[in-house]
Amino acid sequence: MLKTYTYPKFEYRTPPEIASGKTLKVPVVVVGAGPVGLGAALDLEQQGIPVLLLDEDDTVSIGSRGVCYAKRALEILDRYGVGDAVCSKGVSWNVGRTFFREEEVYNFNLVPEPDHHRPGMVNLQQYYLEEYLAARAASLPDIDLRWRNKVVSVAQTGKTVTLKVETEDGAYTVETDWLIAADGARSPIRRMLGLDIEGKIFMDRFLIADVVMKADFPAERWFWFDPPFHPGQSVLLHKQADSVFRIDFQLGWDVDPEEAKKPENVLPRIKAMLGDEREFELEWVSVYTFQCRRMGRFNHGQVLFVGDAAHQVSPFGARGANSGLQDADNLGWKLKLVIDGKAPAVLLDSYSEERIFAADENLVNSTRSTDFITPKSKVSRTFRNAVLSLARDHAFGRALVNSGRLSVPAFLTMSSLNTPDCEGDKFAGRMVPGAPMDDAPVLDNGAQGWLLNKVGNRFFALYFADDPAALDATTVSALTELSVGGIAVQPLVISCKPGTVAGNVPSLEDPRGIAAQRYDAKHGTVYLLRPDQHVAARWRAFDANKVKAAVARATCNA
Amino acid sequence: MALNLNPNFSEAGKHYFNAYSPGDDFYEMLINTHRDLSDEQSELLNARLILLLANHIGDIGTLREALNVAREGV
Repeated sequence: MLKTYTYPKFEYRTPPEIASGKTLKVPVVVVGAGPVGLGAALDLEQQGIPVLLLDEDDTVSIGSRGVCYAKRALEILDRYGVGDAVCSKGVSWNVGRTFFREEEVYNFNLVPEPDHHRPGMVNLQQYYLEEYLAARAASLPDIDLRWRNKVVSVAQTGKTVTLKVETEDGAYTVETDWLIAADGARSPIRRMLGLDIEGKIFMDRFLIADVVMKADFPAERWFWFDPPFHPGQSVLLHKQADSVFRIDFQLGWDVDPEEAKKPENVLPRIKAMLGDEREFELEWVSVYTFQCRRMGRFNHGQVLFVGDAAHQVSPFGARGANSGLQDADNLGWKLKLVIDGKAPAVLLDSYSEERIFAADENLVNSTRSTDFITPKSKVSRTFRNAVLSLARDHAFGRALVNSGRLSVPAFLTMSSLNTPDCEGDKFAGRMVPGAPMDDAPVLDNGAQGWLLNKVGNRFFALYFADDPAALDATTVSALTELSVGGIAVQPLVISCKPGTVAGNVPSLEDPRGIAAQRYDAKHGTVYLLRPDQHVAARWRAFDANKVKAAVARATCNA
Repeated sequence: MALNLNPNFSEAGKHYFNAYSPGDDFYEMLINTHRDLSDEQSELLNARLILLLANHIGDIGTLREALNVAREGV
């Protein structure tokens, strides 16, 4: 099988510690070089922290696995330097078709919201994402990426984590201040530390197949409920890169998975689905079950859990890798501040709190999709089918059809890091404290760009001005002063008018006022933006002391 | 009052960041209400629910329209 993709084999090098017998001491170890572990390593590298990244294997994900990368993940991947590679290789799709039994009940066209850099999602086989991330990590001297290095024991003593790492040439010891466990759903680190993860396993199985279509087939998402070629179950067809289509067949619990994935059993299913003599070739096939569960907390002393190691959801809605990348996004800057002694370790509790809030939202949404797609009782199935029968003719029915709600980032409105709006400051729109930032087109010294590519990795104070050249000296000096001090805040003026600000305060032009509109900004409105591009606070009038207090709050220094 | 066939769920005081959330909230409540009931009990629950909602709507014209739409698709 597998014709369109050649798996890279990453080079193993004998770790120098094996010959020297010395214990390797590093500030941070990341275990697991999947999308999330690579993301975490890249995030910390951007923060200036050297990382040791260990993986027991020496290649990328086998088979497509994660398929759909949503807008927020793409924006994070931009920050990690692989957004363009993922978007240019990935397949954009807008049209989705929903079938119930013999007929198409409706279709939708997810026209991308204009004036955002990244689309709502792209489809791409997980192995490409991992390949791009691994290449990026390998190009950076501060990431020591070691393939075929397997962690076989882990112990936490005080503020130090000690790992025993095995290779084909022998074992060595690593001591680290911080361990990030990105070692997947079965997380050996979690198990070795005796930590629990709770939730439920769904009594269902899915057969997934990557199929190469020989003829043209539209770049659309097709979802069947109870189709004649696979009665009583659901089927999803998705286009990926290289004309590889991903098909997910719901199997039910009683089917023998080993039998089901034999080509002689898979091929007739696909033929029946395509319904004609369309030529195709099978590349990869697998059967999976899934669990919906999460750890009670994601930080345990010096050990931080990210991605599937910390939380797992059903695949409906693409909330696995997408939410894992957001874990890395949330964790990197916090760990940097703690390592630098600029924030207390309790800041990492907020990593756990915020990402648990997001994980629970993902669990709710993916469980709802699962319950709609695979009803657990007769009455639930009746309601599901009633919704589908109403969907053909009525908008409200279509809105209730839940074949997976696309992954969107959580609005961290509950976070203790947020500074609530001042009384009397009235704002419309979505950019509340805790919101993931909306993008907007901007001009930077006349060059076209995007707001989200201009902020991130540190705190920013985004100051909306009517006319940058007319900003008074007091405001300019107060803005400039924000960049001095323990936790620097980068001032950035944004205005619908071209022009520069006095002093050396950088500025952006918002030529069509889209940023001002999305942030409901007036002259003098200020947003404090976190390094992970979430809104921390906002004011109608700029007061440097309030900004400093909000930074203190957002870093547990208040 | 004409029968509203557009998405119409909301909860007072709740701010939704995604259009699908209120409908999904309702649907989950609906399915959860049936949890652990026998098929016969579920049927009774559904009948009671229809009667409660019909009385709440009250307007016979609207109800007639809803009954017709429901019947058409069966």
